Amino acid sequence: MIRFLEVVRRDLRLALRQGSDSIMVVTFFVLTVVLFPFGIGPESGILERVAAGVLWVTALLASLLSLDRLFQADYEDGSLELLVLTPTPLEIVVIAKVVAHWLTTGLPLLVAAPILAVLLHMNADGFTTLLLTMLVGTPILSLIGGIGAALVLGARRGGVLLSLLILPLYVPVLIFGVGAIDTAVQARDATPHLLILSGLLAVALPLSPWATAAALRQALE
Amino acid sequence: MSFDPAPPPFNGRALGCIRGGRAVFAGLDFSVAPGDALVLLGPNGSGKSSLLRVMAGLLRPTVGQVLWGDIPAGEDAEAHAARTHYVGHHDAIKPVLSVAENLRFWARLHEPHLPTASKAVDGALERFGLSHLRDIPGKMLSAGQKRRTNLARLLAAPSPLWLLDEPTTALDKASIKVLEAVMAEHRAKGGMVVLSTHQDVDLPGARELHLDEFTPESWEDEE
Repeated sequence: MIRFLEVVRRDLRLALRQGSDSIMVVTFFVLTVVLFPFGIGPESGILERVAAGVLWVTALLASLLSLDRLFQADYEDGSLELLVLTPTPLEIVVIAKVVAHWLTTGLPLLVAAPILAVLLHMNADGFTTLLLTMLVGTPILSLIGGIGAALVLGARRGGVLLSLLILPLYVPVLIFGVGAIDTAVQARDATPHLLILSGLLAVALPLSPWATAAALRQALE
Repeated sequence: MSFDPAPPPFNGRALGCIRGGRAVFAGLDFSVAPGDALVLLGPNGSGKSSLLRVMAGLLRPTVGQVLWGDIPAGEDAEAHAARTHYVGHHDAIKPVLSVAENLRFWARLHEPHLPTASKAVDGALERFGLSHLRDIPGKMLSAGQKRRTNLARLLAAPSPLWLLDEPTTALDKASIKVLEAVMAEHRAKGGMVVLSTHQDVDLPGARELHLDEFTPESWEDEE
């Protein structure tokens, strides 16, 4: 547990000092969402209709942006070898790195989302659900993304490859995330969607660190 | 201060390793007793780094076993990691963290319950002549200073088995002397050192393992 916190603290400190990653992710999120009113016109009816989808698709892409750095820097400077040789299961180290990744990218997205929702004229009934889906959904993005980031280690143009690998796996999160918000906006009960989304998180939580650790070991062989 | 309990001997039996379709070494046995040192010699590509990675558990041998006493080291990877320090080609220094922060992180990760962790870190920095650099960020360090920071891990959190892959790279003569002294103390405490090198490193009574003797000659013919 101490080791877990130690890795989280180090990654947060690195993110804080380098600064670029989380700022880049949020800036991308905000700028891309702001483009939509320009692209499809300012009529509030249309914007309101697409708001949930736009927010979620943009959040997916934003979180994808930062993923290729998740293990790449550690891989290049030899830290990954030493992390693998830590006297603790590699899965724990992976979870710690994913938690740090979520805190530096998922959490800022969560904070920015409601502000952007106002911009897109989203119905106020959907705000709570938007926050809930983001809260459950963005950790899934980080968890699944970790597998991809580990698999493309050492590959040239890993970023492109990563998108091809990971985006299909993000689709269920997108469907149920947007579904929940749309249901809530129509003043119906969004609980089933949220439960399925939580189910996805419950599956990703044990499986993806395991798969990520296996991919990391493979990358170092 | 010596290791408690005293470490058992570290052995390899009939090790073979295939890398990229090429047999690097085969039928290799080694044994390191507490207080012993083993120097791996051989030309480039003869498998020194591969053997050290096999010993560390980063690489699985294609055949054969690495044994800690009587127990295969691969059986409990975490226990093996706890008793091993591996120094590879890269120094694992984060450019935005200071020397002390870099070292403290690795020391705490290796031995989180070390009661005097910061004291051990200070001592290790002092020993490798890095005290005046402790608050300097990693990106400002020279190659030799990075290597010394990496080597300071050996002292910051004690472990009986040191696996050093060309540790003298980029080190100046004075630092090599320090490293030699540190290794001698480690062996006096009952620790073990396995080291690969192309330079002269003074390790009294060390055994030598010439890896080119284990290179299979006619691998292609056998296929």
